[in-house]
Amino acid sequence: MTAAPPRRIVVVGASAAGLSAAETLRRQGYDGSLTLVGREPHPPYDRPPLSKQILDGTWEPERVRLRSPADLDALGLDLRLGVPAAALAPAARTVTLADGTELGYDGLIIATGVRPRRLPGCGTPGVHVLRDLKDALALRERLAAGGRLVVVGAGFLGAEVASAARSLGVAVTLVEPSPVPLAHAVGRQAGAQLARLHRDNGVDLRTGTKATGITTGAGRATGVRLDDGTAVVADDVLVAVGSAPNTDWLRGSGLPVGDGVECDRYGAAAPGVYAAGDVARWYNPLFGTRMRVEHRTNAAEQGMAVARNLLDPERARPFAPVPYFWSDQYGLRVQAFGYLRGHDEARVVDGTPADGRFLVAYRTGDRLTGALGVGMPPRALRPWRAAIAAAADWRTATAGSPDGAAEPSRA
Amino acid sequence: MRVEVDQPKCVASGQCVLVAPEVFDQDDDGIVVLLDTEPGAEHEEAVRESAAICPAAAIRLVQE
Ligand SMILES: Cc1cc2nc3c(=O)[nH]c(=O)nc-3n(C[C@H](O)[C@H](O)[C@H](O)COP(=O)(O)OP(=O)(O)OC[C@H]3O[C@@H](n4cnc5c(N)ncnc54)[C@H](O)[C@@H]3O)c2cc1C
Ligand code: SF4
Repeated sequence: MTAAPPRRIVVVGASAAGLSAAETLRRQGYDGSLTLVGREPHPPYDRPPLSKQILDGTWEPERVRLRSPADLDALGLDLRLGVPAAALAPAARTVTLADGTELGYDGLIIATGVRPRRLPGCGTPGVHVLRDLKDALALRERLAAGGRLVVVGAGFLGAEVASAARSLGVAVTLVEPSPVPLAHAVGRQAGAQLARLHRDNGVDLRTGTKATGITTGAGRATGVRLDDGTAVVADDVLVAVGSAPNTDWLRGSGLPVGDGVECDRYGAAAPGVYAAGDVARWYNPLFGTRMRVEHRTNAAEQGMAVARNLLDPERARPFAPVPYFWSDQYGLRVQAFGYLRGHDEARVVDGTPADGRFLVAYRTGDRLTGALGVGMPPRALRPWRAAIAAAADWRTATAGSPDGAAEPSRA
Repeated sequence: MRVEVDQPKCVASGQCVLVAPEVFDQDDDGIVVLLDTEPGAEHEEAVRESAAICPAAAIRLVQE
């Protein structure tokens, strides 16, 4: 069956994934109408600097723009900013915006990302989350004043905020329910080193401790209550306890939505409907598993892949990337390739954790599925990425690497 | 075609090196190094792709 080529394409979500999709459509020669819908009032901007250069004040907010006004203009977009999509009717092929506008489409790309999970009391003044520019500027203003910050959740986001806050001389308490931060993601050894980095930089890290609520006084947050009965007093609270896909607007559409928009290996969720970026869960044939990753590079790559598949479904190519993630903490760069979650073993294969520079390889079943470097040069990581992309067998990949530091991760 | 990179913005992801190894490299800290500021037409597609996927929007093409 050959469908008529699309003449009306709507992209919902005007950030990394949505922009990449729109650019790819044009680069591939698509010259029909192209509507880019974004909830935020800003033209597409970048989020990773929000917890880094924006928070510590080294960048002014203009620097996070992803494209110059001229480059954006050149795309010939019908750009609808500041108005969210509210509903989707796949049978009628329409998207309805919150202001009532109805947009018909032949092709739709969903790139609505994720939003922070919240705790009860999150609306109290002094309690922050960090996902968008407004969040970052509000927190930056508070941090610039010094004082005390408690960060709830020692994932990558919480860790980066702790790092930025310390660089500004803010007193930081970091509260984390698991005994070793990030252990489920990167393994206990790497997690323990990242924990040490916090302590070395003067963070009061409380692991194995759950924040049970926000304490308030005079209409403002005064800190958090902990499950051991104690409390942490602070001027501001950052809640960094993970995120949830922005799929509410798809309720009732009949589109498969679980933990994100459920897509096939081509990124398709329904005929003519694709999803990309943090909101998309798809089958990655390279790892033989369904995944949803909240990584900046994946957003761009997936936006690109689904745009191509939408334009040419008969020659659609499966989206089979090696996911890549980085994080900057205390001047050290953490970089990870592959799919580390649910790994069976994590092994230090290069460098020395005690020196703060090391490389960990991850095994799932009998395959090499991931590699993580802390403070390692790119040359050290590249061969590991290549081996992951080639679905290398664990024994072959780690032959010649030290094996004294092996660590079974599912205790 | 001229290529410009914004090194202070680069986040050392190495995506550009994977896509266009003749045009981009990385230094020891992972920061992008331009091997060819005016790559030939045969590299144009790869350079465009690098600019599109660079997670830091640190690569720009200047058409003259
Ligand atoms: C503070 C911070 C630091 C980060 N640091 C790193 C890092 O160091 N390394 C890394 O790899 N990744 C990092 N990330 C993750 C990275 O930013 C994301 O993976 C990336 O932004 C995903 O892009 P996206 O386009 O899929 O989603 P998003 O960037 O979330 O964009 C989705 C857009 O859709 C809009 N939207 C939502 N609902 C609707 C609707 N109904 N209608 C219209 N528009 C809608 C949203 O407002 C948003 O603008 C970080 C994220 C944050 C928040
Ligand atoms: S793709 Fe961009 S961020 Fe990554 S190394 Fe190249 S220039 Fe730097």
